[in-house]
Amino acid sequence: MVEAISSPSQATFWFIHGRVLFWMVNVLGSACFAYIVARRLTPLLRGQRDIRFDRPLVRLGRLLQFWLAQWRQPRYLTAGIIHILLFAGFIILAIHTVSLVAQGASNHPAAPGGLYGAIADYAATVVFLCAVIAAIRRGIFKPSRYAVPAKYGKSHTAEALLVLAFIAILMVSDGLFEASGAMWQGQHGGTPEVLGPLTLGWVLKGALASVPAAQLRSLHLGAYLIHDLTFFVFLCFLPLGKHFHVVTSLFTLYFAKLDRGAIKPVRWDVPDEQLDQVKSFGVKTFSDFTWKHMLDFYSCADCGRCSDQCPANAVGRPLSPRFFTIKARDYSFQHSPMWGSAHNGQPLIGGIYSEDEIWSCTTCGACEAECPLLIEYIDKIVDLRRGMVDDGKVPQSLQKPLKALESRGNPFGKMEKKRADWVKAKDFAQDCKVSILDGGHGADTLYFVDSITSFDDRMQSIGRATARILHSTGENFGILGTVEKDSGHDVRRFGEETLFMALREHNTEAIKASGVQRIVTSDPHAYNALQHDYKDMPPVEHISQVIARKVRAGDIQLNPLPESNAYGNGDGNAVGNDVYTYHDPCYLGRHNGIYDAPRDVLDAIPGLKRVEMQRSRDRSFCCGGGGLALFYEPKEDQRMGVKRVQMAAEAGANVIVTACPFCLVNMEDAIKVAGMEGKMTAIDLTELVEKQMR
Amino acid sequence: MEILVCARRVPDTSENEIEMNSAGNDIARDDLVYSVNEPDNYAVEEALRIVERSGGNVTVVTVGGDDDEEILRREMAMGAKHGVLLSDQSFSGADGRGIATILAAFVTKGHYDLILTGVQAEDGAAQVGGMLAALLDYPFASLVDSIETLEGKLKIGREIEGGNREIYEIDLPCVLSIQTGINEPRYVGMRGIRQVASVPIPTFGAADLGVNGNVTGAAVKVKRLDYFVPPLGKGAEMLKGDTAEIVGQLIELLKAKGGLK
Repeated sequence: MVEAISSPSQATFWFIHGRVLFWMVNVLGSACFAYIVARRLTPLLRGQRDIRFDRPLVRLGRLLQFWLAQWRQPRYLTAGIIHILLFAGFIILAIHTVSLVAQGASNHPAAPGGLYGAIADYAATVVFLCAVIAAIRRGIFKPSRYAVPAKYGKSHTAEALLVLAFIAILMVSDGLFEASGAMWQGQHGGTPEVLGPLTLGWVLKGALASVPAAQLRSLHLGAYLIHDLTFFVFLCFLPLGKHFHVVTSLFTLYFAKLDRGAIKPVRWDVPDEQLDQVKSFGVKTFSDFTWKHMLDFYSCADCGRCSDQCPANAVGRPLSPRFFTIKARDYSFQHSPMWGSAHNGQPLIGGIYSEDEIWSCTTCGACEAECPLLIEYIDKIVDLRRGMVDDGKVPQSLQKPLKALESRGNPFGKMEKKRADWVKAKDFAQDCKVSILDGGHGADTLYFVDSITSFDDRMQSIGRATARILHSTGENFGILGTVEKDSGHDVRRFGEETLFMALREHNTEAIKASGVQRIVTSDPHAYNALQHDYKDMPPVEHISQVIARKVRAGDIQLNPLPESNAYGNGDGNAVGNDVYTYHDPCYLGRHNGIYDAPRDVLDAIPGLKRVEMQRSRDRSFCCGGGGLALFYEPKEDQRMGVKRVQMAAEAGANVIVTACPFCLVNMEDAIKVAGMEGKMTAIDLTELVEKQMR
Repeated sequence: MEILVCARRVPDTSENEIEMNSAGNDIARDDLVYSVNEPDNYAVEEALRIVERSGGNVTVVTVGGDDDEEILRREMAMGAKHGVLLSDQSFSGADGRGIATILAAFVTKGHYDLILTGVQAEDGAAQVGGMLAALLDYPFASLVDSIETLEGKLKIGREIEGGNREIYEIDLPCVLSIQTGINEPRYVGMRGIRQVASVPIPTFGAADLGVNGNVTGAAVKVKRLDYFVPPLGKGAEMLKGDTAEIVGQLIELLKAKGGLK
């Protein structure tokens, strides 16, 4: 008869029977966790409505991709791999850990063994090693993106290390429990449980070889007690800090925003036509956020990737998406405490956020493209702006263009009747006639020009190049002319929803009256507005997509670049060997996924040498922002555009090609500010194509 | 404190290309967009801030026609409690003294502790504020860029040419003309204007105010003879040389023109 080591449920701990003790610990621990989570959820119940229960299959797919497959983690390779291993370990260990915890309070012990047991042992070992490596990274190497600037409070390292310690203790106590049990059985003539070579248990068993039986028994029971207590302390600690994401990420990812490029309505439960009856617009106090946005605050893992990518943060503007979220989370924790009643109602602006902070965002979406948990930022910023606009808190620099948009339909305050004057330029009007669609000309295609291309002397060149391209490929197209008003894209994103709706209504009517079957635009902001903010529009394409299609079909032939001379030198001297780079406009790339069409067009120009900047495609670095962002005067150390042209220079390029009038404005300004005139040029894709078509 | 702000609707200089009409006696008004005269907007904002601090109401008044209601609604959307239109066919063509007479007649019908005007209308001559004070026999201060409320008095600041400042004490009731820059006026969005779109705006005519016949016609003593766009002067002067030389020249120029001391 083999004597078995006493199981925790049968043992006695300080005169308390194990089963009773662990039953109490488990019940109390679970109740405590449930209470904390319930308290955490109360603010969500008071939050605004948010419609997130639609399209369950799409949501499930996202859950599999971003939760189970940890899709975005490898974008930061080291941290990503560590996280994937920890995550996978936690998933594997879930059954093992739950049954281990249950064992103490049960008469029927036995954690699942066999193959699963062996895999779980290796998983625990990997988790332990990852916790150690992560602790060394956090504690010794200290990657800069985890740093907490003084204005945002104290370092978060202690919390991170505490959690890693919890994880390590769980793994070691689990290993010690198994190892001591196996050792005991070996010593008492039983068949010891086989521990996989190099697992934590295997190593510990080796270390216990000379420990006497009585101490093995104490170790065995002690390890179990420590594991059980640590498990519940850790569980209850999760909702108190950034590790709440371990629980909430599942829900945050399932309920994640599905419609890229779109902006949430003012109220999910109020149709546009009834908005006049809504007393207050946007977010002014914490409970004005939607429940999903509150869940986002809870789910932030404080990984710092958003702020690492944020251009506003990079140029020293008073905005860091990471702390935007952390400040809101801390606010919620403080105002919905564990005990006592919740209090809310203080304005967020002037409280945790400053006006400049909220205006600093260009809505480029770099943070959202990076966040492994798909946390939303733009909708929250826009909601806060809606609240500020409603309260009249708009900087003077933005009031003028907004007023001009209201009275003239463009932010520059130019006369409506001059909106189509760009088509009258002498050398253009002769060979490219652009019809004005002010009442059924039977055109198939509408070229939606938008304000900056219509009125800015320099950007009108994009309009003429686009018209020539459409004209030369035999497109039956026209423009709305003086009837067109600003698309309102950035009016909406700067929080002036009512003005946006007026602009949208006007343009929608004009577009419908024109009877066109499709719309082409050269302005990614207009493209995004027509695509996502307007309703029931004919199909919309950006000009780069049209060009790419026509190049593929052979309808556009592009001449080789001249050997020397090109666009890389302002003074017309031969440069030769120009190197091109493509700058992804935020509203073409990140918000609409159009990365390849413009690149394909460039690569179709014989002799064109193209390099990629380190930050390209969905990691493109915003030029400084379009629309109303051109008018806003931010507090910053440096211009975003200057940083961007320096990135182009670092990539070895001397010609920046972009596909957005606002990017071009910002790039050309930045080249001057950076003193790189003559060394760097910026050109729009349409301008380049038009030159190569001749 | 009951505050009255006198405002005016003017062609918006930042959103219009001002050109002469074909007769050459006025600007072409066909395509103009209008807004509230900018200094008046600062005056309304200041009035709102005083009321937010120490209670009371803000009333905005303008002399004009139905079109001018637009600016009253805008200022009401900003926070003014009442808008009042002083309108009568006999008011058209009134000069500065005429406008001041109409406003003075309105002021005496109510009880206002403080009357604010913008420092001048963008298409005006900066005379109504002073004349209004004289007609009412109220104390007057012009170019005011700060206001502090005391018991029955105000402490006001004025900027003096060259950047110096002086502080005055002035008895209430009084008239002040407000300089831009005294504050940062709040934004008025389309939504705010819509919310006051159906608030009735009381209108007073000549008979209501008792100013029959004494503001137009023979009463107009100041008449415009001509209006023209002066020919363009010499273009900008481009400084030449390397950066250090250009900076040197610029400093000399700024010193010579009084921009640097």
